[in-house]
Amino acid sequence: MLELKSIDAGYGSFQALFDVSLDVKAGEAVGVIGPNGAGKTTLMRLISGLIRPLKGRIAMEGTDVGATPPHRIVSLGIAHVPENRRLFPRLTVSDNLKMGAYMQGARAKYAERLEFVFDLFPRMKERRNQMAGTMSGGEQQMCAIGRALMSNPKLLLLDEPSAGLAPVVVQQVFELVKRIRASGLTVLIVEQNVQQVLRVVDRAYLLEAGSIRAAGTAAELAASDTIKQAYLGV
Amino acid sequence: MNRQLAGWIIALIVLVAVPFVHRDPYHLHIMVLILIWSFAYTSWSIMGRFGLVSLGHGGFMGIGAYVTALLWNHLGITPWIGIPLSMVTAGVLALIVAYPCFRFRITGHYFVLVTLALSGIVLQVITATRDYTGGSLGYTPQRAPSGKGLLALQFDDKATWYLIALAVWVVGLVVWRAIDRSMIRHAMEAISEDEDAAAAAGVNVTAEKLKITLISALMTALAGALYCQYQMFISPDTVSGIAVSLQMVFAAIVGGVYVALGPTVGAVITILLAEVLRISFGTKAVGWDNLVYGVLLVLFIIFLPKGILGSVIDLVKSPRKPPRGHEQQTVPVARR
Repeated sequence: MLELKSIDAGYGSFQALFDVSLDVKAGEAVGVIGPNGAGKTTLMRLISGLIRPLKGRIAMEGTDVGATPPHRIVSLGIAHVPENRRLFPRLTVSDNLKMGAYMQGARAKYAERLEFVFDLFPRMKERRNQMAGTMSGGEQQMCAIGRALMSNPKLLLLDEPSAGLAPVVVQQVFELVKRIRASGLTVLIVEQNVQQVLRVVDRAYLLEAGSIRAAGTAAELAASDTIKQAYLGV
Repeated sequence: MNRQLAGWIIALIVLVAVPFVHRDPYHLHIMVLILIWSFAYTSWSIMGRFGLVSLGHGGFMGIGAYVTALLWNHLGITPWIGIPLSMVTAGVLALIVAYPCFRFRITGHYFVLVTLALSGIVLQVITATRDYTGGSLGYTPQRAPSGKGLLALQFDDKATWYLIALAVWVVGLVVWRAIDRSMIRHAMEAISEDEDAAAAAGVNVTAEKLKITLISALMTALAGALYCQYQMFISPDTVSGIAVSLQMVFAAIVGGVYVALGPTVGAVITILLAEVLRISFGTKAVGWDNLVYGVLLVLFIIFLPKGILGSVIDLVKSPRKPPRGHEQQTVPVARR
């Protein structure tokens, strides 16, 4: 479904990603794990078109993402839940969700999508008239995921969904990711919380200092010595 | 909803009836000025309410006034064609300045500075080309021969001007309302909160910002052209330049940029204030209004950021809603 081939990317003279290749097949949940500054967020921003690759090709179901403006990428079926959620804090929860269904195609299915999101996050229904910035971190994360789901995506990009959340809430968020997957979506998730993410995904890539250092099924990675020592603390 | 519509219609009928009942030329003159400036302030607020603070609108207003007058005097082009041409000129200039700003993410203070430069440039051009524009001494459209008043859009009758200004002002409010109810408003609100997140939600950030800037610039140029046709005298200080830009920001903020009638309330207050100072102190108080504006602006930004009308509406509305405990307490926190 999504394919990245030997991508180089960076900001100005600083290069953040070196020859990164990865792919996500329809229906899969794939994780990208790695420490701070490994280039995980850069990877996400590349896929949703907020920055452009210096080299290499990104394709979503055959369409060249690198040449598509960000607002069009949404209509290719990619929805991005940015790091730190990036809600519109002074808009209400329903207005935030409405913005998620901004694209023409999604507007037609607005009511249907809203029901789907409220079904998934009953809490959002209770809070729909509240300003998004006044909710707790976990609720804001739900709202951000809900906003992304409003565009009726095929592929959901989750950037550090556990960032800044209490451990209990982190578990809830990952439970939600499982349920979103079960509803048929493909998920690409970037995380530092390796232990949690390996329980949710099928496959994962290890990204360090801008390069892919390891790849494999979740079970393989969880069993590998490097990852055990460096990330799982066992 | 219907009650609101009925209220608008009654208010409109009353406003249309005014010049037929009350013919005092001075009062009509003040009302025409208020309506034209209200329209200009409304035009500014159409983009200002989304955090796109422009100090370039004096430039657009000046272009509206000067292009219309120059076309009439030098080429004999009737303002009926000259005004649309002046609006197009302002629109093109707005796009030329705004496109690179939006494309390269020049936002916040930097955007304000770029637009400030735009005002300055228009002012300099008008002053420098004094052979054509009269420079800082000002400029007067040529009087049309009698009987050709309609063609030249020149009317001696204040009541006629009042009705024209009223119609344009209503159009401004209609545009405001149309934007308020469209997806542009949602897109622009999202952009003003977080451009990246808006883009990730599928908003074409550059296009939406350009759209709103273009609408605002076109309307502002129309305000300038109307002002020129009504006053029959324009000078760089009264329709162009930074002072006019600042006056727009001030009036819009005082009245309230987030509500349709806010800029109008701002125009009523600023124009009446200037008149009261002028009448009661005469030449002794030249420039006092600017001093008072400055002090008021500081006070408003600190204590009433939503402006007079915005705050009044909040006051009227809030007791009606029964307190919903948790929600009511948390809301103000986010407004800081």
